[in-house]
Amino acid sequence: MSGPADNHPPLTTDVVTTGRLARRGQTLAPRVYRTVASTLHGIGVVFMHAWHRRDTVQYPEEMVYLPPRYRGRIVLSRDPAGEERCVACYLCAVACPVDCISLQATTDEHGRRYPEWFRINFSRCIFCGFCEDACPTYAIQLTPDVEMSEYERANMVYEKEDLLISGPGKYHDYDFYRVAGLAIGGKDKGEAANEAPPTDVRDLLP
Amino acid sequence: MTAGLSPRLLAGVAPSWLGPLLTVFGVLIVVLTIAAGLIWYERRLLSLFQDRYGPNRVGPAGLLQVIADTFKILFKEDWVPPFADKRVFIVAPSIVLMTALLSFMVVPVASGIVIADVNIGLLFVLGMSSLAVYSVVLAGWSSHSKYSLVGGLRAAAQMVSYEVFMGLSLVGVVLMAGSFDLSRIVEAQRGLWYVVPQFIGFVVFVLAGFAETRRIPFDIPEADSELVAGYHTEYSGMKFGLFMVGEYVAITLISALIATLFFGGWLGPWLPGIVWFLLKTLLFISFFILARATFPRPRYDQLMALGWKAMLPLSLVNLLVTGAIVVANR
Repeated sequence: MSGPADNHPPLTTDVVTTGRLARRGQTLAPRVYRTVASTLHGIGVVFMHAWHRRDTVQYPEEMVYLPPRYRGRIVLSRDPAGEERCVACYLCAVACPVDCISLQATTDEHGRRYPEWFRINFSRCIFCGFCEDACPTYAIQLTPDVEMSEYERANMVYEKEDLLISGPGKYHDYDFYRVAGLAIGGKDKGEAANEAPPTDVRDLLP
Repeated sequence: MTAGLSPRLLAGVAPSWLGPLLTVFGVLIVVLTIAAGLIWYERRLLSLFQDRYGPNRVGPAGLLQVIADTFKILFKEDWVPPFADKRVFIVAPSIVLMTALLSFMVVPVASGIVIADVNIGLLFVLGMSSLAVYSVVLAGWSSHSKYSLVGGLRAAAQMVSYEVFMGLSLVGVVLMAGSFDLSRIVEAQRGLWYVVPQFIGFVVFVLAGFAETRRIPFDIPEADSELVAGYHTEYSGMKFGLFMVGEYVAITLISALIATLFFGGWLGPWLPGIVWFLLKTLLFISFFILARATFPRPRYDQLMALGWKAMLPLSLVNLLVTGAIVVANR
């Protein structure tokens, strides 16, 4: 089995040796020419960069574009009816890898669960977005806002009134209680969107 | 040694020692200001080549960054590591600055404006740059740290070898001008700048200059990515600052020497000589920074191979050819 592989230099990990073998058989003049030419070309390329647009964003004056799904400051959103989306299921607190979320569930007069208090310690938060993924009601959301520096560490702890926003956030039309089969506050079983009325098992006679 | 501003300017108005004194302090202040300003200039220019802005917040165009940096470095703790050889450790950084500043003594700023117009000017500069090796080697040795020691060793080998080519590359210029006196060398370039007939000497001198000032691409004694900071790993505060200022003064010196030896020093039309000299020096300082933005650091043996296999033969051939032509034209 002889072929072009025979002409290949022996495999070696020594950079110096491979370099020399790669250059073997070349005369001095082209090597010198190539070295000098590539050196000057490199200088030229870098010099021409003086006229390129600068990549720096001058931050406090210019804002960096953060896409809508950027993982920044955490908020609690409301459903389209203006009610709190959070059902205090604790899934965000469980999902949080740094345990920065804590809350206390309670129930209103219609039997609707909501957090009595909700607290996020942003000095611990790593903005991983696991809480948003865990949330079954789209209540907890991460927003493209990162400007939350504070002089006092205690100010990094956000309470429910700091977290709660007035709108639905990224999911405009989603209303958990309207699609959930749960009977609550005037909405009975079978009245949710896309929900058939419950079957009356005693009525299933031939 | 004649010295100072032209005597007729101050004749009768001031005592005779005032002229030289003004020149001494003028050059000292200007050189140190340029060296400090280079901290800002290098960062801004490097950023320009790398599509960034660099320091542009403190003062107009970030110029006051120099003052901020100076204050910061002055107020840092002046610390000598307990394991260091204390006396040598303290003396080492001052040597690098001293030798670079002393070299400026013989560099003619403009016609007649030079601190010491000695007839061995070029030899003095080469001697001083040889002494600068001591600073780096002693700093590396006295630090008692493996990184410093390796950096110092590399510096010794690199600077001692490139000293050779630096000297050899300039002999062509000396042959053509017939003098070691830098003012005479500038005057001899009235017809044609030496960069044309001594182009090889110029190239070798620039490369040797990179190696002598330990600048990227030849910053092997420092080599941040391998040796932490090389020979000044253990230095902090103003002692580190002295190394930095010394490096910038050395860059200014090499640039001034390139301008003087190969680009006609203060010679030039329309503008006064001192402006030409400063402009040319600034141009070569900018080239140093451009090279820093361009090149990666070669491996240690590659640096030595370039020196002994390319620079030495080149400068020897240059020397022989120049000598033959000078003798033939006599």
